[in-house]
Order: sequence, then structure tokens, then C-alpha cells
Amino acid sequence: MIWQNHNQQSITVAVSGSGGSGALTAGFILLAAAQRCGRYGLMMRSAGPQVRGGESVAILRVGPSTVTNIGDRVDLLAALDWRNIERFQDELALDANSLILHDNEAGAVPSGIAASGAEQRPIDFGRRAAEHNGGRANMIAVGVLGGEMGLPLQALLDATDAVLGKKAPAAVDAAKACIATAHRGTAGKTESEPSTAPAAAQRWRLSGNAAAGLGALRAEVGFVAAYPITPASEMLEWLAPRLERAGGTLLQAEDELAAVNMLIGASFGGVPAVTATSGPGLSLMTEGIGLAVASETPILVVNVARGGPSTGLPTKSEQADLNQALYGLHGDAPHLVLAPLDVGDCAYTVEWGSRLAERLQTAAILLSDQALGQTHAVIDPPPRCPPVLGRKWASATSTQAQTDRLTDRRPNLQPDLQPDSTTPTNAFARYAPSADGISPMPSPGTPGFEYTADGLAHNAQGTPSSSASDHREQLSKLMHKLTAHDYGDAWARIDRGNLADEPADTAISLLTWGSSWGAVQEATTRLREQGLQVQSIGLRLLAPLQHDQLSLAIAGTQVLVVEINATGQLFRYLNAERVLPPSARAFARPGPLPLRPAEVIAQLQRLQPDADKNHAGGGDEHAGESLQAADVGGGY
Amino acid sequence: MAPAMIPSLRARDYLSDVKPIWCPGCGHFGVLSALTKALAYLERPKHEIAVISGIGCSSRVPAYLDCYGFHGLHGRALPLATGLKAARPDLTVIATGGDGDGFSIGGNHFLHACRRDIDLCYIVMDNAVYGMTKGQASPTTPPDWTQSALTPHGTGIPAFRPAAIALASGASFIARGFSGDPHGLSELITRAILHPGFAFVHVLSPCRTYRPDDQSSWKQAVHPFGEHILSAAEAVAETAVDTKPGATPALHVQDDGLGLGILHEVARGPASTSSTAGTSPDRQAALDAIEAELEA
Repeated sequence: MIWQNHNQQSITVAVSGSGGSGALTAGFILLAAAQRCGRYGLMMRSAGPQVRGGESVAILRVGPSTVTNIGDRVDLLAALDWRNIERFQDELALDANSLILHDNEAGAVPSGIAASGAEQRPIDFGRRAAEHNGGRANMIAVGVLGGEMGLPLQALLDATDAVLGKKAPAAVDAAKACIATAHRGTAGKTESEPSTAPAAAQRWRLSGNAAAGLGALRAEVGFVAAYPITPASEMLEWLAPRLERAGGTLLQAEDELAAVNMLIGASFGGVPAVTATSGPGLSLMTEGIGLAVASETPILVVNVARGGPSTGLPTKSEQADLNQALYGLHGDAPHLVLAPLDVGDCAYTVEWGSRLAERLQTAAILLSDQALGQTHAVIDPPPRCPPVLGRKWASATSTQAQTDRLTDRRPNLQPDLQPDSTTPTNAFARYAPSADGISPMPSPGTPGFEYTADGLAHNAQGTPSSSASDHREQLSKLMHKLTAHDYGDAWARIDRGNLADEPADTAISLLTWGSSWGAVQEATTRLREQGLQVQSIGLRLLAPLQHDQLSLAIAGTQVLVVEINATGQLFRYLNAERVLPPSARAFARPGPLPLRPAEVIAQLQRLQPDADKNHAGGGDEHAGESLQAADVGGGY
Repeated sequence: MAPAMIPSLRARDYLSDVKPIWCPGCGHFGVLSALTKALAYLERPKHEIAVISGIGCSSRVPAYLDCYGFHGLHGRALPLATGLKAARPDLTVIATGGDGDGFSIGGNHFLHACRRDIDLCYIVMDNAVYGMTKGQASPTTPPDWTQSALTPHGTGIPAFRPAAIALASGASFIARGFSGDPHGLSELITRAILHPGFAFVHVLSPCRTYRPDDQSSWKQAVHPFGEHILSAAEAVAETAVDTKPGATPALHVQDDGLGLGILHEVARGPASTSSTAGTSPDRQAALDAIEAELEA
């Protein structure tokens, strides 16, 4: 009864348990074992609010090709016990094709779980673990699930060593004994062979938060200041020892107000700077982000978003901070907004965002979320971002020593050492208008270029000025430098698939951003199997919106905008930018449940009842209708 | 650049050509003068100095200097200066501001900058009033000051005591100066810049516009620190802070707020444990190694 996913090639398993049961550890071992067998996979975690030892569930999907989302259903659930299981009932997505492995000694299957119609099979997790000195029920679950998933014993044992490596040897031995016993009980299943393909050996297993940290290192970030917050802290904790190895500095700030201003100080000093936070921290940072924009000091703020508003859902995901990222700064404050599309893309987009901020001397807000940040995935190493010229330095050509020093400190950033202005004067024009809107910026320590950066409206010299003409000139510069930059093809990931150059009338564009990309892309694949012309577009650069390229990409198609928030924030933004055709529709629903491909397909079929029959003109029924409330939040 | 190549600078060489917005007679003119004297005395090249401020009358100082500077957000001078110094320890970093900027909206940063003890000089020009917003009570305003329309009955809150709070928060250098004594103040600022840690210089800098009556007496009232120690009873009356009988006389209860000089100076504490500062110059090798570990 397993391997029930649509293509019969992937499987989603879950391990649940109350505090201390080790459900997450079991998930990590299974993911590591799958990696050893050349499988791809990802593992989401869901936890209650407890500080330590609360109930938790690991939901893990593995398959032979890249796994981008958790799928439609949990095929196999190992319930170590049932305490507080109702908190995860929605996440578990069991149905009549699912199989529940449960411990009879933990009590009957709760009615809410049993109502799914899933097959139930009792397993004596606890009693079988007790047969081994120091044995634990979660390791019996690893053996059973590993067997059901076709993972060979050796891969499970090796993965156990890797995951439990820091535990006492006796504990590791007990775990392995439990796994071996339980795995034997599943004999007869078709096993995967450990993969010997070099590509598989080079795959990475990491979280989106770790990937984001890697992106910062790749961008040659030299300074991080941050205040702890869920679910962003892991990015900072991953970075702390590694940034030190790379020669950078990390400060734990007293609050987010301090963190963002520390970034601005470091970046003013010429050192690329990044912080990570979540919604409440982003709220506190917004004044500082505006200062970075006005003073033209590059910074990158990574928002690992959680559900909101206010303190909201600290441990769970939602894509509801887009409005804040786009519009949260007071005044006209042009800045960059980016979003990574999957776990590996966190590295790509953080690197790109930091480099763009450096080049454009502006603030960048990057919208990751809990569903990316705290998901661990087996992925191919993510590519480096496209080349971006480094910060445009102002430096006198005669001061070679200074040039060398800057180059030494930032060896791979291709610093632009041919500034527009190289003549020091008494009043260096730090904010002088230029063709590309980017004014050469000196690093403190450079003689002859002393200037004062300012959050007050200022003239080209940086001197505070409330004159209308200075304001217009400087604002125009701030806007122009962002819109004049050539962002290349990285602004979006477009899977055009079987879309013809002249799309059929029924051709569909699924347009999304951020963590919803994975499920949307899988929905796209399935819809194509139904004979539809479908493309998926995941926006990586949300501001400045690449209006013309997006218009071109969706031309002639019916557009469904997909996102995990209640109010259709992307949909409204794109409509305000007048980039969508009148027939475009929204599928926006609140979090925190992860988007599932079947939801997208169901929504499309609801909006276009004829679409699956491949009738022409399906979109015309909706053309000209204004957005109905039922469409935004239509999933609920 | 070798030191020998730097021509010696006079105090006025550190001034930009931007004209201060301050009122005639403002105490801040004396502070600006004292600061430039200190920089000239120390022979710090202009390009190796960064002066960081928040918002307020006194926070305008960076624009009036021909050094690197940052006129940032209200209350956030210290974190910006901290980030700059942490990233660029080669620079001389000075933060300037006022009592509202530093002790009210930026109060939390003040506490933690004292704790962190990073090598900064922080000059607060205290006139016990919000000047730029036209005359509201500040944290250092006495509780019975009724001249602000916003607090017509006075604030009713005991005044913030900057030096005592800096001491309690772990500052390793605390001094108090008076803008009417620019020579003495210049010496204090010089010592503060030389101090290898967080050096707080509390400057009594009168506001002629909003506090003309109260602060004109400062010239007569100031005295060398230690000459006038409050009795325990006076301290209680002054601060509303009670003291245990037999408690050791200490800065935090017996300072009358008008004593000038170095109030506290100790060797810098152990290096901050809240930061990790790497030294490896080979970023690419480190990145390669970190990526290789991900394959394991």
C-alpha cells in the first residue's frame, strides 16, 4: 500500500511523537540513508511551541529525482505515540491510501486520525526497543520505515553513525541494533542499491537556512549582526563558526534595531553585511532599511518568514510578508525584494541579493520562509549566482596602496576600480548623479574622499538639504539605479515546458514566488500529463518588477497566481503594476500548511471547469470579471 | 600612507565648510571645538576618523567635520558605530549625540555598548531638553520642570543619571566635561579616544533657547569631580534612590551630576564574547573547505 504518489516513484513518510520521542532524529536518519542510496529527498519538520522536548513530526519525501515539495499525502505514518497528535492532524494529510504504523501500547488510534480511512497496522515499537539495552522506539521506526522505503540496512546504519555521531558509542550501538532488528522484519522488499554514481556522492543534505548562510559566504559577506528569532536563528548559528573561518565577524545584537544599524555601520566601512530575522524583527528593522536606502549603504536582510500577524505562528510558515517587504518603508524608498524558490535556491538568491545590494548601493530584503529555512533537503549543489560587478569604489588612482588593500580584502568581488570621479576635492560629491545612477563610494580610510552619509535628504555632496530640486535629483537617482540595472534571466525561473511559441487559447501560466514554487512546478508536470499546455513561473526578483519580461512570459496564457497568504499579496501587487491580463485569477490561502500540488490542480479545475477537457475558450468565461473575494482565500 | 607623509593638522582643519544650524550661544559649539582640538592633538589623519551620530541638535556634528561620518537614525548611533568598528578596527570611531537620542530612544543601545566595551568614544551633549523638536522634557530633565507644553506639570519622573547607569552597565571609562570649559573637555575627549574600550564622555552642554534659566548657573556650579560629594540624605533627596545604611559611598548615589573629570577608568574587560571575529585572510580556501564538508 505504499508508493502511492502519482508517479509511483516517490514516497512520503512521517514520524510523529511526543516530547523526547526522537521523531525528528528518526527523520534525519531516514533522509541521510536515502541520500546514501542516491535518492533525493526533503524533510519538513513541524513542532509545537514548547521550548524543548515538545511533540514533533518529521515529514519526509524521497524519490529518484529532485524532490521540491512534500507531496499530496503522507503514504506511511509511524506514530510513536498519540499525545497532542491533533496539533499535527492537518499537516499529516492521511487518506484511505495511507498506512499507519502505530504502537498498540500507546492506545487506540485517535478518532481524528482514524477518520482518514487509512489502513492501520500495529507495531510494537516500544516493546521491540526494550529488547535492546538502551534501545528506543524511534529507532525501531527507522528500521521499519527504512525497510518499507526499500532502503538497505547498511545505508541506515551508516546514516545512523553520521546523524548520531556525537552521542555515546553505547547509544549509537543500541540504535543500530534496534534498526537492524526492525529492518529484518521487513525482509522481502525490493531494496535500493547504495548509489555509486559520482553525482550522487556529491549531493548535499542541508536546510534552507544553512543554504542561505552559504549564499552569504559565497557573496563574501564579512559582517553579520543579528538578534535571535524563530525560524531564522539556524541561519545565524550555521554562519557563526563558518564566517569566522572565512575571516568575517558576527555580532549578536541587543535587538533588531541594533542589528540592522550595525550592518549599516559595517557596510559603510566597506564590508558586505547580512542579517537574518523573521516578521517581528523585520518590523523593527524597517526604519534602518530605509536608512540604508537613503544613505545608499548596501545591506541584505533575510526574512525567514513565519505566519502572522504579530507574534503569529513562530514555528510555521506563511508567505504573508510580501506587502511589508514591498511597501513597509516610509517615504519613496526604492529597494530590492527577492525570494528564493527552493532550499538550494536560498544559496543562489542570498548570494545574488547581497551582490546586487553591493552593486546598487541599496537595501535588499530577501523573503525566505519557515518552509524553506527549516526544511532539510538532499539536493545537487546549487549553482553560483550570475556575475555581478562589485561595489563601485571611489578611490584616487594615485593611492595604489589603498586599492590593493581593498582588493585584498574582497578578492573575488571584481571591485570596480574605475570610478566616475577620481579627483578628491574638499567637498567630495558622494551622491553625484551618474549615468547608471550609481555614485562611486569611498571606503573610510581613503584620503581625500571624506564625506558624511546621511538619512536626511541631501545634495550631491551629502550635505543635508531640504531643497525641492535636490530631493527630486536624489530620488530620481535612487529609482534609476534600480530600474537601469540589467538583471539578466535570474529574475525568475520559468519552466515553459510544452508551451508553444504561440500558446493555445487554453494555455495556462502558473505564476508564483518563494516556497510555493516546488508544489506549483509539480502541479505543472502533472497537468502536462493530462495534455494541457502549462508553464510555471517562479519570481525570484519581486522588486523592481521585471514588467516587460513578465508580460512577455505570460503573453497569450491564462494566468493563475499562487501564494500562501490570505489576501493575495502578489496578485494585488501584479495587478497594481498592470502586468496581469483581466482574466488572471488568484489562488491564495493562508498558511501554515505547505502547498500541495493537488491543491493547485483542484483550484485550476474549479476556475476552469473545461480546462481538463482541453476546450478552447475556457478562460473567456472569467474574462473581465473583477477579483472576487472567493478567489483570494478560495482554498478555504 | 606613512605617518611622515601626513602634514600636521590644526583643529580647524578638521572642520568642514558646512555652517552649524545651532542657536547662538549653544553649548555644542564648545564641544565641536574641543573635539577638533583633541583630534589635532592626537594627530589623527582625517580619513582615518569616522564620526557617527543619530538625530538631534548635537547629532549634526558629523556634517561639521571634514572626516568620514554618518548621520543616521534617531537613537541608533551606537549600533552603527559598533558595526563600523567591529568591521573596521583600524578606524578611530567616535559617536556623538544628545541626551534624548542616547538615553531615551537609544537607551537600550547605551546599556549594551557599555557592556560590550568595544573601542568607541561616545560623546553625549546633555542639555536636558529636546531642542530640535522645540523644547520637550528629556530623560535628564528634572521631574519638576514645567516649561514644556507637552508635560505642563513636569514629568514627575526622576532624571536619568548617565554616569551612574554607565557604571552599572560596565563602561570601562566614564568622564564628565562642560562645554564652557573647552580646554578641559578637549583633554577628556583625548583621554577617551585613547582609552582602549568603550569610553563615555558626558558633556554638560547648555541649551540657551529652551533652558536659559536653569542652565546658566552651570558655569558656577561645576566643580572637579570628588569635591562635592552628596551626603546620603542629599543623595536620597536628589535621586529618589534609597541607600542601605552603611552602604559604600559610590558614584551611583553620591555624584551631584556636576563634577567634572574622569569619573571612572578601569582596564578594559575581557574581549567581548558576543562576537566571533575571524582572522583567516583566505576566504576562498575557507569557502571551498566549507562546501567540501557539505558533501560528507
